[in-house]
Amino acid sequence: MGEGLPPLAQTAYWSIPGTWVFLAAHITGLLCFAFIAYKRLTPLLGAAADIRFDRPLERIGRLAKYWLAQWKHPRYLGTGVLHIFLFAGFLILITRAFVMFFLGFAGPVHVNGMLANAYIYLTNYAATIVVGCVAIFIFRRLVMLPARYAVPPDRGKPDTAMAVFLISQIGTLMVADSCFEAAHLAAPLAPFSLPWMIQNALRGSSQATLVGVYQWTYLLYVVTFYVLLNFRPFGMEFHVITSVFSVYFGRLDKGTVKPVRYGVDEAQLEQLSSLGVKKITDFTWKHILDFYSCADCGRCSDNCPAVAAGRALSPRFITTKGRDYVFHSHPVIGAQNNGHALVGHVYSEDEIWGCTTCGACEEECPLLIEYIDKIVDLRRGLVDDGAVPQTLQKPLKALESRGNPYGKMEKKRADWTKAADFQSSCRVPTLTGAEPAETLYFVDSITSYDDRMQGVARSTARLLVRVNANFGILGAAEKDSGHEVRRFGEEYLYMALRDHNTEAIRRTGVRRIVTSDPHAYNALKNDYTGLPPVEHISETLAAQVRKGAVRFKPVEDREAVYVYHDPCYLGRHNGLYDAPRMVLDAIPGLKRVEMQRSRDRSFCCGGGGLMLFCEHKEEERVGVLRARMAAECGANTIVTACPYCMVNLEDAIKVAGLEGKMSVIDLAELADRQIARGSEGAENLEYSGGGVWKS
Amino acid sequence: MARIFAYVPHAGGVADEAAAELLTAAAKIDAGAAPVAILTGSGPELDQAAESLKPLYSEIWKVSAEALAQPNAEVVRKALIEVIPAGSIVLVPHSHFGWDLSPGLSIKLNAAYLPDVLDIVAVGGGSLTAVRTEFGGQISVHVRCDISTGVVINTRPGAFAAAAPSASGAVVDKPITSDLTSGRRYLQTIEAEGGDVDITKQNVLVSIGRGIQEADNIEIAQELADALGCAVSCSRPVVDAKWLDKSRQIGSSGKTVKPKVYLALGISGSFQHLAGLKGNPFIIAVNKNSKAPIFRVAQVGIVDDILEFMPALTERVRQQGSMAQGAGR
Amino acid sequence: MEILVCVKRVPDLSENELELNGSDIERDGLVYSVNEPDNYAVEEALRMVQDSGGHVTVATVGGSDDEEVLRREMAMGANTGVLLSDDAFEGSDGRGVATILKAYVQKNNFDLILTGVEADDGAAQVGGMLAAMLDYPFASLVTSIEQNGGKTIKISREIEGGAKELNEIDLPCVLSIQTGINEPRYVGMRGLKQVASREIPEYDAAALGVAGVGAAGAKVTRLDYFLPPAGAGAEMLGGDRDENIARVIELLKAKGGVS
Repeated sequence: MGEGLPPLAQTAYWSIPGTWVFLAAHITGLLCFAFIAYKRLTPLLGAAADIRFDRPLERIGRLAKYWLAQWKHPRYLGTGVLHIFLFAGFLILITRAFVMFFLGFAGPVHVNGMLANAYIYLTNYAATIVVGCVAIFIFRRLVMLPARYAVPPDRGKPDTAMAVFLISQIGTLMVADSCFEAAHLAAPLAPFSLPWMIQNALRGSSQATLVGVYQWTYLLYVVTFYVLLNFRPFGMEFHVITSVFSVYFGRLDKGTVKPVRYGVDEAQLEQLSSLGVKKITDFTWKHILDFYSCADCGRCSDNCPAVAAGRALSPRFITTKGRDYVFHSHPVIGAQNNGHALVGHVYSEDEIWGCTTCGACEEECPLLIEYIDKIVDLRRGLVDDGAVPQTLQKPLKALESRGNPYGKMEKKRADWTKAADFQSSCRVPTLTGAEPAETLYFVDSITSYDDRMQGVARSTARLLVRVNANFGILGAAEKDSGHEVRRFGEEYLYMALRDHNTEAIRRTGVRRIVTSDPHAYNALKNDYTGLPPVEHISETLAAQVRKGAVRFKPVEDREAVYVYHDPCYLGRHNGLYDAPRMVLDAIPGLKRVEMQRSRDRSFCCGGGGLMLFCEHKEEERVGVLRARMAAECGANTIVTACPYCMVNLEDAIKVAGLEGKMSVIDLAELADRQIARGSEGAENLEYSGGGVWKS
Repeated sequence: MARIFAYVPHAGGVADEAAAELLTAAAKIDAGAAPVAILTGSGPELDQAAESLKPLYSEIWKVSAEALAQPNAEVVRKALIEVIPAGSIVLVPHSHFGWDLSPGLSIKLNAAYLPDVLDIVAVGGGSLTAVRTEFGGQISVHVRCDISTGVVINTRPGAFAAAAPSASGAVVDKPITSDLTSGRRYLQTIEAEGGDVDITKQNVLVSIGRGIQEADNIEIAQELADALGCAVSCSRPVVDAKWLDKSRQIGSSGKTVKPKVYLALGISGSFQHLAGLKGNPFIIAVNKNSKAPIFRVAQVGIVDDILEFMPALTERVRQQGSMAQGAGR
Repeated sequence: MEILVCVKRVPDLSENELELNGSDIERDGLVYSVNEPDNYAVEEALRMVQDSGGHVTVATVGGSDDEEVLRREMAMGANTGVLLSDDAFEGSDGRGVATILKAYVQKNNFDLILTGVEADDGAAQVGGMLAAMLDYPFASLVTSIEQNGGKTIKISREIEGGAKELNEIDLPCVLSIQTGINEPRYVGMRGLKQVASREIPEYDAAALGVAGVGAAGAKVTRLDYFLPPAGAGAEMLGGDRDENIARVIELLKAKGGVS
């Protein structure tokens, strides 16, 4: 500590002893914050239940990864790294704040030694970096105006003023701290840091000036600290406080959707007077916490296919409009007003039906904010009120009565096996449990009934024969997996389909389920319970490739450039990125490129299942955007592993005018075409991994 | 055989063209009958319409009253029960007006009712056998009807051929004495909104699919439709590509149409699309792909490039002069 | 307003590919549902009582199988479902059905009776017949209803060429409702479960005091179903383009009313 500077407790402000002034500032600041925090907690306490206190070790691990280590941030390299610095600075300086507060009440403190010096250097540099970051942030928000921060007038007010105000307060805090330190002219400060520079500037000042700087910047520091603390719960800066909770309580399991109501089992659902989310407190407390925690960084919407296509939905505004409405309905001052139905008042129906549940937003969010569960809960509310778009009502009714959305007869579900040239070469038995079989091929509706997709079914069946699987199908006993039904909010219909299929599958006694439809895969694997293990056909093939049990003939068309399109329900929701690529790379001579948006950043085809029956107001079809991405990376053949991707992309190619220049093939079809049978392809080829074949 | 009456609606002094079809239906019931046309209304328009039927009907009953000036089936029914004798056979075109008039008329006349009849195949022994359709036109059915106390038969417009004019009839005034006030009062008619075409009201549709390939080619289809006097409709990809307005789309996510002839041009024929086709239209499909599913449901198929086929067809239609009247009345 | 909506259970055309079995349609494996226009009528009734109070009763003439459509409409929000059922009702024609409904109406006090515009038989007759039997005013193809709280309502009905006709009509009256008048709400499985145990009152011929209906009293009887001509794969025209075009023009004239 500098010579000649009195302990802060002995200073006086307007003749009032410093200790009193500081105490008053602390008490006022903390009381205000306690009051505001209580008010912000009120909607959470009145919200629906959520189970988030389980699996603490796993949660702590995720806290370390996503909160402390800022795992998702570098996905946007520039701002991400900037945020990591800001966050690190924040962590250091929050400790610094406690030291500062302590100083207000302590006598002269003398610190020495390596550790103390390290601390001083760390805080000095941290303060410097934070001030630098603050300057860049303000410059970005006010001058560069990144497009993803723009808020259309119908979606609320831009947060810019608040963001700039709060971030400049952080700057003030750092400058105040730096000046306070610099006033100790003799203190050994970190060279070239901001405090060091101020210290040098202050050299030669009178003792009175130094004391003035010293005591008033200290008070400024304390007051600014509380201003910041108390303003945070009014906007996106709230995330500074709530993010640690949001990340800790974040969703642990992928793929599935939340139950209708936590703590209410299915048998009791009927006793609920209302299903789904209709008003704000129908959301679970975690979901309202999500609203608080959003930093409005816009990454969700930046990756959302609905946004790219110009649909009404933008996930960012699902959150910010939700947050604004929580603040409005549960004001800090004044009475609660909580009566409004969310859809119609805060959200539009188009917004709610516009989501493909592709999961790109959730994959991107640095704070692990959940969207799909909220959308599904809102849809459950609409379904409960009967507010289902007319174009969806017919397929839903058909699913109820016929078990498929097209209203086709059950007995025709296995008609794809009866194609003349197929039937003679490949027998696909219907499993009833009478004859034991090891594997069930779960075909699902679109692959069973759609002319184009029936080809995928036949390829899959031939591949299963090729790998010597003892398999069969459910035939007329199979009903739609209900994957989309559930995600469209019709939980009861989903439960009926699930129960039917579960019973039918169990009756067969199979030990493994294989499917070629990622939606069915996800449903059976993550939504259903008590079934044998589920595999996607790409996993089945990859395992065979790994074992060296199958080989492929070289690609004949040397002009073909293949690109793999990750289906959302294989990739993002189930982490299956490598198996399909491994199969492709095992085909000799296959040229493969990657789209810029691939793997966990894959771009949705437009949505499967019931989404095909939806009418969306959009500027451009989602699939068209995807087909263009494939063209941009130099490919002329898109390989996918999902029938809905196939439908959407084949349509999109025609709409985009890429006919003849681009084609789509299912992974199973391609593998079926290239797989070596009998003595074929055995020309001394040896797979050495990584797409390399030695001959 | 009971007397046969044909109720002929009219508008603007012009009798409904179904008048000649009702005559054919009457002949199928009784070849020797001299059916009586009945018109209701008032003023010169009624006179003009009645006069125009002289070449078709030997006797034309003109029921004139101020209350009949506006189209109101409730009032017309009251007038008809006064003039039509019990036990008669009454033929009515199955139009929007016929839907409104006939069920109640049959009750008031204590007669049987046969709606939407396509053909009459047998008459005798106090009964009559007719052909109708059920299940949205998917299935035809023979129905037998007891006509001993009379019958009201609504005939589907276009189902019976128009009879050739071979009469020189006389108009007979039929005065009405009963009270024609009704619990239902006509207020006004609101004409269809201008602007785009209503594809659900067309007899013929030139319907295009992705075979149209690009926006500029829409014009080729429109020219064909203009030559035929009908409208252009489409399947989903065309709307998705924003080449035509959503109001032109046929299918499960678009409009349901009931044309008589459906020209499916470059449409593959997905079941989502076909779901929008009702009323058993006669489908003529043109597609490059001989395996297109549309050929399974079409009555006539041609494997050709629509971008060459359409202009050639347009040219031939124009040569043959106007083929207008494709649009619904 | 006390509203009665008459509904019918019919084979669901969007979910059935109809086939013939002898002189009948193949009934095996048929899926039935509420006649689609009836849903619009029920939705319209529900919206009317939502605006001005009252009750919605749905009634159907049939057997115990037909209860399912009453329950579906009750799940939509109808207050009461009523089954008019008797062996003696079987085989009734449109007039017979109207007679049965009339007897039920006369036992109650309805301000308004709605039907769907037509059902599976495409006859569009019961509403008009019922009105005539009751001496109530009737309008078909109704596309909008406007209440004014008094003893009349204003309606529009569809006429040719996409035009509409506005009428004022006295209550009580019978209206047949055209599809598209509203957007019927969705009925999910949960809704159905919730009304599954609600009691559905049943009235038989004696309770209603009707006679002379059923097959014996019917003036109109179905003889046989048959497939309309054409179908089963296109006749492929194999000629050159000119020949094909000539044939298309011929067909347009023959089938399309193109002159």
